[in-house]
Amino acid sequence: MSALDTTDVARRPFTGRRARLGDLLLQGAAAVAALGATVIVGLIAWQLIKGARLSLSTFGLGFVTDVGWDPVHLHFGAATFLYGTAITSFGALLLGTPLALGIALFVSELAPSWLRGPVTALVETLAAVPSVIIGLWGILVLAPIMRDHVEPALHSSLGFVPLFGPPNSVGTGYLTAIVVLTIMIVPIISSISRELFLGVPNELKEGALGLGATRWETVRGVVFPYTRGGVAAAMILGLGRALGEAIAVALVIGAFNNSISGNVFGNGNTLGAWIAIQFLNAASNLEKSSLVYLGLILLVFSLVVNLLAQAIVRRSARKLGTPS
Amino acid sequence: MSAADVSILRRPNDRLRRRRAVNLAMEVLGWLAAAIGVALLVILVWSVAKRGASELSLDLFTKSQVPYAVSGTSQGLANAFVGSLVIVGIATAIALPFGILIAIYVSEFAPRAVRNGVNFVLDVLNGIPAIVIGVFIYGLIVLGRGQSGFAGSCALAVLMLPLVARSTIEILALVPNSLREAALGLGSPRWRATLGIVVPQAIGGILTGATLAVARVAGETAPLLLTTSIVGPGVHWNPRMALQSVPVAIYELTDSPIPSDHAIAWAGALVLILFILIVSLTARWLATRSRRKLARAAR
Repeated sequence: MSALDTTDVARRPFTGRRARLGDLLLQGAAAVAALGATVIVGLIAWQLIKGARLSLSTFGLGFVTDVGWDPVHLHFGAATFLYGTAITSFGALLLGTPLALGIALFVSELAPSWLRGPVTALVETLAAVPSVIIGLWGILVLAPIMRDHVEPALHSSLGFVPLFGPPNSVGTGYLTAIVVLTIMIVPIISSISRELFLGVPNELKEGALGLGATRWETVRGVVFPYTRGGVAAAMILGLGRALGEAIAVALVIGAFNNSISGNVFGNGNTLGAWIAIQFLNAASNLEKSSLVYLGLILLVFSLVVNLLAQAIVRRSARKLGTPS
Repeated sequence: MSAADVSILRRPNDRLRRRRAVNLAMEVLGWLAAAIGVALLVILVWSVAKRGASELSLDLFTKSQVPYAVSGTSQGLANAFVGSLVIVGIATAIALPFGILIAIYVSEFAPRAVRNGVNFVLDVLNGIPAIVIGVFIYGLIVLGRGQSGFAGSCALAVLMLPLVARSTIEILALVPNSLREAALGLGSPRWRATLGIVVPQAIGGILTGATLAVARVAGETAPLLLTTSIVGPGVHWNPRMALQSVPVAIYELTDSPIPSDHAIAWAGALVLILFILIVSLTARWLATRSRRKLARAAR
């Protein structure tokens, strides 16, 4: 933003007292607001640490690797939810990335110009659909299809891989959650990637095409290498979205709290989903505190994801010599 | 060079044929991906429309939910619509001025290093999962005082804040510098140049950004579930008590084993999705228009 650099000259103190007071007030209010946003982030961290303190002091870091959630014997652990969060978000990333990159390439390289706008708008509108509606659709429409068609077919054709075990009798489970999360992260990854692909200098693409490369070879040899860092950051941001999703997953994952199943059709749970389901049912202070602990883990994940994405963007921007 | 040689050059050899085949396969995959992406939205909206349309009636908007209703009782979501209106309204009233002030600071006052810092904070805030914001507001406001619509508003305001601030920063950056310089050159102080010239120029873009943020948080469920979900029967407007909201109602009705509850969930989902789609598509259209106008003014 070069907006400021030119106006810096005009920023010299003004002589009128009223003018100075007005400047002071507006600048003060604006600075306080900006400080307020920073304070909110700090408050969030502090509030979660405070809420999780009881559980932190009772279970310590062992909480992270402990399986099981037993409100009767006051024994709580996060391992089930970490496993569920990992398998569903990475599954969604695996399924969603090729789809999202395909859409982005279609819009930036393949589509006739009249189709560009509509496809972009429709795919980005997908991001506006509330998670609760995707969850509603997931449990009432998608789950029966998964149960009757997808899961039996996958089991009979790929059943020798332990991942594709016996189908689920309801249609809920990890795979259904993966499909639902995929729908939610595709628009994120594709809209960032599209911008990146459109930013590739035309001379580079024309050079490759002029040398006789096919369109795909141009994409593989020029577009992908040029945008590698940005695409990685887009994937990480998509992952961040999938990690934190609570409601849609809560509706379709089957909500079992103490199973770590290698079967992708199995029921399980994730950090966010379990907080959404259990928070108001928590019977003891220790259980509630443990749920806040899960939230704290989620907060740390989202911070790490953000920092990672920014670091990647900054590094690739420096390498390309273009300010992002 | 004889004629035969030229024809050899023209004939695609095996290698070229394979390269072309790979290219064709990839292009087909690209078309397929785009088709799937569009189909996902169409299928989602169509599923909701098909199941929700039959339940759309005046009752949906005039009658409230009846807890533990016997199948066949006529009920609606009036309490949820009113609750959502109050909660989102208060959230907007908090987040809009707050977000715009942050944007004014970043784009008009802040030195470069501070500007990057605030942008970073906004990115972090934007990345925090909604459920974590719910846990935060639960600890900050609900704990000890009980659930309230106001607590829900605060949670939604935290979610809206980075959205409003970022879209406003983007639009303020498009306001031509010549306008700022002209105002300052005529001797008006900075605060008048900002509030009287810069912000009014960008107000269309600021409001469309705010509208998009409203559409985003109107469908949020997770934070409201923790902060304002344990509700009594009937329609309530008072934000000091817990208020029902459309997304929370859909979530609870979806979880219910009674099929007639699912029907109301679909109807609520249809109203919500129509609201969000219409608002966000209109706002998007207005945004490109006002952006174009600013770009023209800069020339």
